[in-house]
Amino acid sequence: MTKKQKKVLIRIIIAAVLMVALRIAYRFLGEGENALVKEPFWFIIYMVPYGIIGYDILKKAFKGILHRQVFDENFLMAVATIGAIVVALIQKNGDYTEAIAVMLFYQIGELFQSVAVGKSRRNISELMDIRPDYANIEHDGTLEQVDPDEVEIGTTIVVQPGEKVPIDGLIIEGNSSLNTVALTGESVPRDVFAGDEIISGSINLTGVLKVRTTKEFGESTVSKILELVENASSRKSKSEEFIAKFARIYTPAVCYSALALAILPPLVQILFMHASAEIWPVWIYRALTFLVISCPCALVISIPLSFFAGIGGAGKEGILIKGSNYLETLSKVQTVVFDKTGTLTKGVFEVTGVHHNLVENEKLLEYAAHAECASSHPISKSLQTAYGKEIDRNRVTDIEEVSGEGILATVDGVRVMIGNDKLMHRMEIRHINCHCVGTILHMALDGNYAGHIVISDVEKENSEKAISELKKSGVKKTVMLTGDAKAVAEEVAGKLGVDEVRSELLPADKVTEVERLLEENKSNGKLAFVGDGINDAPVLTRADIGIAMGAMGSDAAIEAADVVLMDDDPLKIATAIRISRKCLRIVYENITFALVIKFGCLILGALGFANMWLAIFADVGVMVIAILNAIRALKVKK
Amino acid sequence: MKKTYKIEVDCANCANKMEDATKKTEGVAACTVNFMTQKMIVEFAEGADEKAVMKQVLKNCKKVEDDCEIYL
Repeated sequence: MTKKQKKVLIRIIIAAVLMVALRIAYRFLGEGENALVKEPFWFIIYMVPYGIIGYDILKKAFKGILHRQVFDENFLMAVATIGAIVVALIQKNGDYTEAIAVMLFYQIGELFQSVAVGKSRRNISELMDIRPDYANIEHDGTLEQVDPDEVEIGTTIVVQPGEKVPIDGLIIEGNSSLNTVALTGESVPRDVFAGDEIISGSINLTGVLKVRTTKEFGESTVSKILELVENASSRKSKSEEFIAKFARIYTPAVCYSALALAILPPLVQILFMHASAEIWPVWIYRALTFLVISCPCALVISIPLSFFAGIGGAGKEGILIKGSNYLETLSKVQTVVFDKTGTLTKGVFEVTGVHHNLVENEKLLEYAAHAECASSHPISKSLQTAYGKEIDRNRVTDIEEVSGEGILATVDGVRVMIGNDKLMHRMEIRHINCHCVGTILHMALDGNYAGHIVISDVEKENSEKAISELKKSGVKKTVMLTGDAKAVAEEVAGKLGVDEVRSELLPADKVTEVERLLEENKSNGKLAFVGDGINDAPVLTRADIGIAMGAMGSDAAIEAADVVLMDDDPLKIATAIRISRKCLRIVYENITFALVIKFGCLILGALGFANMWLAIFADVGVMVIAILNAIRALKVKK
Repeated sequence: MKKTYKIEVDCANCANKMEDATKKTEGVAACTVNFMTQKMIVEFAEGADEKAVMKQVLKNCKKVEDDCEIYL
């Protein structure tokens, strides 16, 4: 508790004790015609606890009036309690307890709110406690701690065991294992060696590492993530906007109703029904009850808190959601579209077979690896791995890449043609189709068919489970998009249980395909696209909600996506959707609950069935329950 | 231009009110107040003198919520 909160707590305790003591004293000494102690003594003495508990509210209300900010909760509380005291004076029943109690409970509610919000705020910032405080730079054999902001690109920094990696970089010396749990939610440490890239925010566990920085601190992963998390709740959801608007109308509306309630019914009764003027205090009391109920705090605080907690809970799981609005959209997702490579499959291609007819296996691989040496496509990497020897780029000339088909290049004077059957068809080269499932790279040397290389991608262990989990969490349709051949795509889709497959797509086709799916499923909830962030930024932006996975270190993906999964486990997609649904359920629960109770109490109050005690319990009680409910969004079921 | 300021405000409704007051201040193009992270993100209109604008923002915020603080 802060100092401010402690002070309020002490005031609450003193006022409560005084109030109870006075109530008892009044019962014995002040009641009846021949009471020992008479008015105005009671009035004066009761003002002591009232002043203790309410002075700041009265002060704020007064200042509010000066600044023409009339309808704030301080004003409402001030009018309601002063009104209650005046009514008690008129009716001469000596019941000032009510006014004090209203102030008391109001303050208890405020205190509870401030403690609860502060606590969950701290909880969430602790979860995301990845901000490095310093970087070590070696100077003549001694380590100097500097502000990470001041470290330039290319500086060598030293990360000792137990320290956070402050800046993204490349390990130049040493090996160690890293704890990346704060970044990815993955609790198994990752082993790293010299030459590996290392991302900021992970914790060095065992060895001393010398790292050459490749980015500035502001551009490093850790800064990007922190910026994203801290700004997340500034993008407001529709529910939050609704509440903000609602609060703006609700409070004045209730105030005017209260005024009407205080004047109209008694006036009508006196004028037309010959009631005596004594009914005024009754109606004024009912109007004051109205004012007590009119504070929209339960809604105004619990809705943003739910979203904040939901985003925080997701962050703990390595799921970064860029704003409450995205959390809201995510909860309405009915269709999930996947990119195959790197999302459902590992994206690590392996050469699984070489079927040759002209030259030796090794020779064919050698040609293939060289022809593809300039390409960054995962396929060419796997060819190079399979070849296993150093690649001499000088042997390759005239490289020509045909998007979606393959590559033409001259290696050692031989014109090498390598690609899918589309390329072979176009070049009018007779080729033999392979019975194996995988990506088939046909090859021709100087225009003669030389055989083919089979490359296949392996599904991730969790992909199948991820699809079934998505189904369980209420996703109606799953679609897989891929540039791969139909046979490969369908085999993978069949294995994983994906509903629909679209294969042989060029990168540009993916956008049209997603647009078509968006059109088809317009009335059917939202559409999410999941990609690995490489090449699919346009699709990520086009979908209702773009999810990038394994995006650590890929700025383009972090930029384009609305939800970023820090590791590449597809199960996290279902987790993210589950978190969002839970959070939105809590939001709707709170909205309904608070509105039903408030309107119920307003009606009871107008009819005279609810007194001020009930009103303040409704106000504070609803707020406490709504806050406790909101905090639930922070917990994520495994 | 956008700038983020640390703020101190006690209740969520007051944060909403601060946001409204800031938006109405001259020289402010857009503003979001984040009660949860206790931050205020102000987007200034083109050519506005941010220091002068923020002074006015603070004044306007104090008017609607006496208890608030903006760390400039």
